[in-house]
Order: sequence, then C-alpha cells, then structure tokens
Amino acid sequence: MSDEQESVEEFAARARTWLAANMPPADPTAGYFSFHEDPADSQAHADRRIAVCRDLQARLFDGGFAGICVPRQYGGQALTPAHQAAFNRELRGYDHPLEIQVSTFIPCMAVLLELGTEDQKLRHIPKMLRGEEVWAQFLSEPSGGSDAAGALTTAVRDGDQWVLNGSKIWTTGGWYSDWAMCLARTNWDVEKHRGLTVFSFPVSAEGVDVQHIQLLNGSREFCQEFLTDVVVDDRDRIGEVDEGWTVMGRWLYHERTVAGGSPYVTTAGAKSAALPNDGPAIAALARRGGNLDDPAVLEAVGEARALSMVSEAMVGSVSRKMASGALPQHAAAMLRLFSGTATTRRTTLALDVAGHEAVVWEPGDEQLASVGLGYLVRQAAQIGGGTVEMARNVISERLLGMPREQRNDGGPFRDVPRGPAAG
Amino acid sequence: MFATTPDQELLERTTARFLEDRYPVSRLRELADRTSTFDPAVWREGAALGWTSLLVAEGAGGGSVSGNGVADLQVVASLFGLHAAPGPLLGTNVVAAALARWGTPEQQAGPLAALLAGEAAGAWGHATTVGAPGGRRRVVTATPAADGAVVLSGSVATVEGAAEATHLLVTADAPGGPSQHLVPLDAAGVSLTALRGVDLTRRYARVDLHDVALPAGSRVGAPGEADEHDEQLVDLLAAVLTAEMVGAVQRAFTTTLEWTVDRYSFGRPLGSYQAIKHRLADARTQLEASEAVAARAAEALGAGAPDGRAWASAAMAHVAARAPEIVQECVQLHGGIGVTYELDLHLYLRRVVVDSQLYGSATDFARRLGRLVADDEGRAA
Ligand SMILES: Cc1cc2nc3c(=O)[nH]c(=O)nc-3n(C[C@H](O)[C@H](O)[C@H](O)COP(=O)(O)OP(=O)(O)OC[C@H]3O[C@@H](n4cnc5c(N)ncnc54)[C@H](O)[C@@H]3O)c2cc1C
Repeated sequence: MSDEQESVEEFAARARTWLAANMPPADPTAGYFSFHEDPADSQAHADRRIAVCRDLQARLFDGGFAGICVPRQYGGQALTPAHQAAFNRELRGYDHPLEIQVSTFIPCMAVLLELGTEDQKLRHIPKMLRGEEVWAQFLSEPSGGSDAAGALTTAVRDGDQWVLNGSKIWTTGGWYSDWAMCLARTNWDVEKHRGLTVFSFPVSAEGVDVQHIQLLNGSREFCQEFLTDVVVDDRDRIGEVDEGWTVMGRWLYHERTVAGGSPYVTTAGAKSAALPNDGPAIAALARRGGNLDDPAVLEAVGEARALSMVSEAMVGSVSRKMASGALPQHAAAMLRLFSGTATTRRTTLALDVAGHEAVVWEPGDEQLASVGLGYLVRQAAQIGGGTVEMARNVISERLLGMPREQRNDGGPFRDVPRGPAAG
Repeated sequence: MFATTPDQELLERTTARFLEDRYPVSRLRELADRTSTFDPAVWREGAALGWTSLLVAEGAGGGSVSGNGVADLQVVASLFGLHAAPGPLLGTNVVAAALARWGTPEQQAGPLAALLAGEAAGAWGHATTVGAPGGRRRVVTATPAADGAVVLSGSVATVEGAAEATHLLVTADAPGGPSQHLVPLDAAGVSLTALRGVDLTRRYARVDLHDVALPAGSRVGAPGEADEHDEQLVDLLAAVLTAEMVGAVQRAFTTTLEWTVDRYSFGRPLGSYQAIKHRLADARTQLEASEAVAARAAEALGAGAPDGRAWASAAMAHVAARAPEIVQECVQLHGGIGVTYELDLHLYLRRVVVDSQLYGSATDFARRLGRLVADDEGRAA
C-alpha cells in the first residue's frame, strides 16, 4: 500500500472480503451471556465466550482491522472514525468480540492513548488489540459509585512503588480480566478531588482477591475485589500524582460513549438482534406466540424498533455536533440517558408481548428465559456506566447551565461525612 | 435547528427573520379571532424564499437548496413550529410533491406552477388511516363518465386551508383501483363546512363532493397507484410534521428553562431544585432525540433509501408521542400561569397536539413501523 490513506470505500470493500473469509457468522440464537437461562451453566458459558472473544480479537488484529483509529506504533491502523464506522457497518451479521469492547477499549485504551506514558502505550495497547490483555475498571466502591471521587481505596508511596488497600465493586468481568485501571486516594488531607491518583496493575497481582457477585438473574459476571497491600510500580501510575480527577474526566467521558459514537469500539451496533428486546426479536416472540397480528403487539414491536432507531439517529447526530463544537462534550450524557431509558422500556415491551410465557418456561428455552431474566435486571441499563440520575445532573448543570447542587464535601477529605455504611 | 449546510442556514435565517416580522405573537393572537388567517401576500413572499419548491424536482420547476429537499423543508417547517405560524405549508408542499412526481405536463404547467409561485395554495384530503388493519377507509368514490371523465362523490374530513386553496388532492375509490385526483375547489358540487379546532391560526374545513364532474386530466398518476402514492405522501408528511413539532417544542423548552431560572420559590430559583433539573434534563434529551430521528428520516427519504419509510414511521412514532408530553411538562413547571391564555406556551401546545393527532397518532405510526418489522422478520424467519 502507498503512503496515501486508503479511502473509506476501498477500505470497506477490503473489509467485506476479509470478513467473509475470516470471521464466523453471528449466531442470533446465542443469547447475550449475562442473560443465560441456567445459572449453573452461565459461568461455563461465559468462560467459553470470553475465550472466543479473545480469539476473534486476535483475528481482527492479524487481519489488520484492530485499532482502526489507533496510531501504528501501538499496533493500530491510524485510520479515521469514518473507517471505523464503515468497518462496523460491514461487520453486521458476523460474530465479533463485542463483550470485551467496553472496559478494555473504552475507557481503558482510550485513556492510555490520551494520558498514558509512551512506555505504557507500547506495553499495553498492542496486547489489548491482540486480545491478549483484557482490562477492567476498578472504580466503584462499596461506599458509592456515583460519587466516584469519594474513593476510599488508598495508595501509599513506598519509594518507586505504591501500596494499595481497599475494595472495588461491580466490576464487569473482574474474573476474566488481565489488567485493571484503578482509582485510589493518595492524599486524605486535601479536598476530595485533589487527592486522587489513577493506577494500573495486573488483576493477578498478589493481594488482589476477586470474588464473584451473583446478580438477580443468576449471572455471576460482576465482581468485588479486595485489595490488600497490593504493590504497584510507579511506572504503572496513569497521570500525575493527586491529579487523578483529571484522568477521571476523560475516563468518564469515554465511558459515556458506550451508548455509541466512540472511534475505538468495534461493533455491529446492534448485536441487538440477539438481545431479547429489539423490535425484530419481539416480533419473533409474537410470531411464536401466535399474536403478531394483534394491533397492540404491532404497536409494541414498532415502539421498540423506533426506540432503537432513535438511539441510533441520536448517536450519529450528537456525535457530529460534538465533533463540530455545536454541542459541548457533556452532551454525551444525553446519549447515556436516552439509551438507558429506551433500553428499559424495550425490555418491558418484550415482557408485555411474551406475557406469562416469559415468567415460567420449559427448561432450556433460552428465548423466553432471556426475556424474563432480562426483565429482572432491567434497571442495570440505567445504572451501569454511571446512573441516569447522574446523567441528568450533568445535562442540567453542564449543558443547560442550571444551578449546581449544594454539596457537603468541601475541605480535607478526611473530614467529609461518609455515612454509617461506609465506615 | 435542522440546517446543516450553508445554503440551509441561509434559508433558515431568511425564513426566521420573515416569520418573526410577519407573525409576532401579538399578530397570532389577533388572527385567533379571524375566520381566515391566510395572507396571500405573505404566502407569495414565502414562496419567493423557497417554501413551496423544495419537494419539486428542478425539471418540474422546483429546486432544493441542499440537494435534499425533504431536509430543506424541515428547516422551514421547524420554524413554522417555533413561531406557531399559519400558512398552508403542509398542504401546498404535499400537493406540489404529488404533481411533480406523478402529474401530467398540463398539471405541472398549470396548478403546479401556480403553487410554486405562491399564487395558489394546495389542500390535501389526507383521509388516510395510517397503519390501520385491513388498509384504508376510503371516503370518496370516483364513477367513470364519458371520455375518461369522472364524477367524484364523498366527504373529506379535516382539510387544512381548504377555504383558501385552489386545488384539493384527494384519493378516490374507482373501478380500476384507488386513484388520486386534483379537484379545483371552485368546481360545481364542491361545498365547504368550516370546522373548529385547537390550533389558533390554522383553519380546517370538511369538503363535501356532490357529483363533482371532472375531466379526464384530473387524475394524478395511473389508476390503482394511489395506495402506494398515498404512503409516499404520508412519509413526507411525517418528515414535515416531526420537524414542525421539534420547532414548537424547542420554543416551549427554551422559555421554560428561562422561567425556572427567573422564578423563585423558598428563597431559591426553581431551577436549583434537582426535581426540576432532572425533568428539564429529560425534556432536553427527548428534544435532541426528536430532532435527530426527524432529521434522519429526511435524510433517508431525500436519498430515496429503502428504509425511508421505516425512518419516517419511527420519527412520527417517537416525536408524536414525546412532543406533547414535553410541552405539557413545560406547562406543569410554570404552575398556574401555565394553563392561562395569557401565557404564550399554549400556542406551541396547540401546534404539537394537532400535528401529533390529526394525520395519524404516534400509535398509528408505531403500528405502521411494527408491520414493516414483522414483514422483514417474517422474510428472515
Ligand atoms: C451493568 C453494570 C456494569 C458496571 N460495571 C462497572 C465496572 O466495570 N466498574 C466499576 O467500577 N463499576 C461498574 N458498575 C457500577 C456502577 O458504575 C455503579 O453501580 C453506579 O455508578 C452507581 O453507583 P452505586 O451502585 O454505588 O450507587 P449510588 O451511587 O449509591 O447511587 C444509589 C442511587 O442514588 C442515586 N444518586 C446518587 N447520587 C446522586 C445525586 N447526586 N443526585 C441524584 N441521585 C443520586 C443514583 O443514581 C442511584 O439511583 C457497573 C454497574 C452495572 C449495573
């Protein structure tokens, strides 16, 4: 290839050919792994799925389609968001490593690209792109996730090293991740936001105890980690000491792009055909139940489909407006809020259409189980990645300029009230 | 709101300035008491700004400003919503689009040219039942007469601007299948009954056709094509109405945001209470979502994309559901003044209520989309 950048059309054509030869077709009946019908089977299923994801990511890398917007020296393709978008379009109908995009690529890789040292980028990003390093976010703590800056996990300097103690919780994929990006307090005697630092370390490091948490649909994907005297090299610190909140700004920004619009995510957008709550899946449920001609059912199908389409349209237009400066970056919170509320609504529509069959089913009926179990964890869509309430705070205060909430967390963090639960 | 190209921005600026000047709120309130709100001079000037030509191909005497006339028309329609402006924007553009796409050379040289020039206004007898099970309910029948002439009979409900329009586009059941006809509103046998409704400045009439004899040249398109043609017009309708609703909501939202800053309760601004902030955050997000899906529909329709109908339906299903709710939320956040005639907010509420019900409701369009999804799913299964 010449030095000149490949056009989006040429790239898309090359991707089409490559995908046909190298990637397996998506299995629409596979079901999303956290909604697996038999809880006992869930863990084994998830293990298998993660192995598949790593393999698919390695294939993308070998084919020259990993890290499309990542510079070449870190193993990427140095192309543009338009190339990534074109690849994502071509990816429709193929299986792809969807489950390891979030956390590893956004926010972790995105944060490393922006704020990591050259050494960190060279050590980690190529491995991420090859599927060899899956990352987790060690951010939320038992004492609170919305108020991330209230982290109690503490890092104390010891020469060229740091010693971490504390606990992190709700970590997606803590048990299968290789590395973690972790927020910790390095100074208790200054204001809350001024005493934080971000670190990274292997999840297998000594002193990291990973425990599964069982969700109410039976999934055990989430973890709590107990950190006891975990030793971290100073070269694994991300950003300056006590400047962790600056890093967090970018971390949370990239986390919010989960709703769409990130140049670092490889996804066919909607593997949603496999999710139990998109329009076509609800239509399939209704056809099975023999009530697809019921006008009320068609309305539910249409409403669910409309919500997915509105989300898609909104991601496109808000991303464009943010890129052009017509909207500030805080506008991403609108995408988060919309996708959260739209997803819960679609989940309810699926349950309404499936009705009694989705609350008691024949053993092994993944299609109906995914609707009933999906409904049980419905609110996760409004909690994970920052709650919709926090998104509403950002929209009203940062986008609309409404008065900020009164707060009670000024002065040295040591003295900020933490409530009886936090200890 | 909807302008993305420099040419669209120009169209937006000139239209905004013109509407501000001609239809300040004081003028809208005056018009509320008038039988007719149509101002031929204003309409001619609007046509000169481009309001009537956007859905018509250049070859037929029209022209878009950006290459996508549907998107251009959204720029204008959203400003009609923002200003709660009167004027036969929808009827004229829909009739013009029909004549440009399927009209005879005579129809294009005569009625279409007059519509484009702003010399005449069009009315659309949209008696369609969007997404209804078992298809449409036809209210007009066409009986063949000698030499290809036809006689129309029936009653067309809720035609916007019929009193000032020169021509009515209506679909009639005929032996060869449903067909569209262009009916001169001064033809013998046409009678109008003025209706009352919630919008202050838009006027509606029932149009009764008693054995209206029309020459052969009155049919628009081939016999039996009207079902598909009506669907195409409904798609365009969805693009225009959603944009107009977005404009009206934009106005309601902006004034309400200002109000929550200026109004104090318990010694602090209303807008400092999280309960209020969160509701405005929701409203703002729904407004952004509505604009995004409306614009996406225009993009798809203007490009003739195969999923244009799905996007148009999704846009109406969503915007027609959300827009009235957002404006009612704005009313609520105003307290008592919110339900008065004195506050201007109702002008925009009226506009979105009519737009979200008169031509098919959010539920109707959700069903329309649901059918498309079910058909696709059936093919895939
Ligand atoms: C699917 C999923 C994936 C997740 N993945 C990860 C992960 O990988 N890594 C990680 O670190 N965490 C993860 N989380 C945790 C998630 O980020 C937190 O659960 C979330 O930020 C909320 O924190 P919390 O649970 O402590 O609730 P809290 O912060 O205690 O909030 C409780 C309730 O109060 C509301 N609330 C809190 N503060 C305010 C306020 N100021 N104004 C108004 N309302 C408020 C919240 O919105 C919420 O409804 C995940 C969660 C889920 C559900």
